[in-house]
Amino acid sequence: MNETLILRTPAADEMAASTVVASARAPAAMGPPAGAPLALEVDRARKVFAKRPGLAARLRAGRRGAARAEAARAVVAVDDVSFAVAQGEIFGLLGPNGTGKSTLIRLMSTLLIPDGGAIRVFGRDVVRDEMTVKRMINRVSVEASFFKKLTPMENLQYAARLYRIEPGAAHDRIVAILRRLGLDDRAIFAPMEDMSRGMQQKVAIARAFLTSPVILLLDEPTTGLDPHSKRDVQAFVREMRDTHATTVILTTHDMYEADALCDRVAIIDGGRFVALDTPAGLKRTIAGPDRSAPTLEDVFLALTGRALEEGAAPDPS
Amino acid sequence: MTTIGGELRASYAFVERNINLVKRYWGWELVWIAYSIANTLAVVLIALGVNSAVGARALDPGHVSRLVLFLAVGALVWHYLGVVFSVVSEMISWERWEGTIEYTFMAPVRRSTHMVGTTLFSFVYGLVHTAIILAVVVLVFDLDMRRANFAGATLVLLAGSLSLIGIGIMGAVLPLLYPERGPEMTHVIRASLVLVSGVYITPAEMPEPLRTLSYLSPATYVLEGIRAALIDGAGVAALAPTLAGLLVCGLILIPLGVRVFSWGERHAKRTGRLKRSG
Ligand SMILES: Nc1ncnc2c1ncn2[C@@H]1O[C@H](COP(=O)(O)OP(=O)(O)OP(=O)(O)O)[C@@H](O)[C@H]1O
Ligand SMILES: [Mg+2]
Repeated sequence: MNETLILRTPAADEMAASTVVASARAPAAMGPPAGAPLALEVDRARKVFAKRPGLAARLRAGRRGAARAEAARAVVAVDDVSFAVAQGEIFGLLGPNGTGKSTLIRLMSTLLIPDGGAIRVFGRDVVRDEMTVKRMINRVSVEASFFKKLTPMENLQYAARLYRIEPGAAHDRIVAILRRLGLDDRAIFAPMEDMSRGMQQKVAIARAFLTSPVILLLDEPTTGLDPHSKRDVQAFVREMRDTHATTVILTTHDMYEADALCDRVAIIDGGRFVALDTPAGLKRTIAGPDRSAPTLEDVFLALTGRALEEGAAPDPS
Repeated sequence: MTTIGGELRASYAFVERNINLVKRYWGWELVWIAYSIANTLAVVLIALGVNSAVGARALDPGHVSRLVLFLAVGALVWHYLGVVFSVVSEMISWERWEGTIEYTFMAPVRRSTHMVGTTLFSFVYGLVHTAIILAVVVLVFDLDMRRANFAGATLVLLAGSLSLIGIGIMGAVLPLLYPERGPEMTHVIRASLVLVSGVYITPAEMPEPLRTLSYLSPATYVLEGIRAALIDGAGVAALAPTLAGLLVCGLILIPLGVRVFSWGERHAKRTGRLKRSG
């Protein structure tokens, strides 16, 4: 891979080097590969969103009633989730809509504070050591969020400044990464408002790659991309991992992508992990339809298919 | 590793980004400046119409020109302070609107760096904007500035900006906590400040309880100080108590604002208010 594309941040290297190897903490059967330092530890993480009833409803219900109503309407988005990811792993999070994948990613990226448990990035707690963690991570979300009137170059230069990348160096890297992802120079210097969704998504991916995160949090990064672009992005993710030992957390609804990219996959449902293994390991747990070789999609449907077949989901423990 | 120089350089990210946005939204900027000019002229014109409004030669030309200056200073100073307040208080609503808030909040910059950058931009933007309006006012009206102490007025303006920045930072918490109606709430703060700060009236002449409230608004002292400097030519020595008071007020309000804001940020991250979807 072209070395100029990835800038090593000294802080990140220092952090990775000083991390104690602590893989013994993770459950053996589905734990991260032994030997590599732990990049991410999620320890009984929990996130609940309270839905407060409106003022009128609260007055009507009285104080006790309102508290009960609030508890009833609370959404447990992430429910006691624990896992560990080794440096250089690509870790997949699969699950039906609204099961807490994005919430989990936000907890890791310091955008939400957990209600219980702890999350550590190379041993640093995401709440207590927020700034150190922020230097090590970056995230791509489903929506590409940009200043729409600004060009990709201006948007990414803004990001570069926030991550203390010198503007001259940033300029060359921005052009290199965006070209690599298939944007032509005209698009790089034109306002983003006229770009297609897929092109905007590529710029969002470039923004994350630009800052050379030690942990890359990808929340449905390829949703909305055409098959070529998907492969470009997947190849880029793999390269980041192979050349820089970047650790990747990936959520996706594309089972082929998960199968092709991920070293291990967790299947999450209702805020809880219902399975965690390598893609091959997961496929071994179920039989394919008509005794054919099962795909990851078969696994997904079998493990999260309560609605289809009552009681079909195996016990999570 | 987080040196002051590094933080300052990072804060320039916000200045540069905002300047780029102003350039890209130039059509809107023109509309906004035209609106501000129209507003200012409309207020200052009141002075010229005073005699015909009361149907008598109540004021002689000397008094009319003093009233022109009184209103013009009020309109311009308030415009500047209002712009500083708005730029600072809108730093969150703008990012919400563009959808970039999570990316800015995830970046490894201190919130104080974010605010310093926004504030630096607000100074520049407020000064450029006010200078343009001032130029138009000077062209249209015959301002009597023979006795004006410009240096003193500038000092008061700068010292007074600090307090408005502090209040602006507190105002910026509202869009953080109330994604839907927060921006409107900051407009209420702004309108209340105009009402109680003696922008177009001397505080002593306000009805109660506005008069008492006016003594609590830092903008009152900014306006008084600048009027003293520009209309009566008060020297720096005479302005010293006002300057000192404004500096102390700013030194209290800014850290207080930052405190309130970081509390708001934590609350938003606990309750999931930064962003709901995606
Ligand atoms: N900021 C928030 N405030 C309130 N509720 C939230 C918030 N964010 C998520 N939720 C709720 O938490 C649950 C999990 O949402 P989340 O976005 O994590 O799901 P997801 O697995 O990413 O789904 P999708 O596949 O559709 O992206 C949902 O019930 C959602 O309504
Ligand atoms: Mg999601």
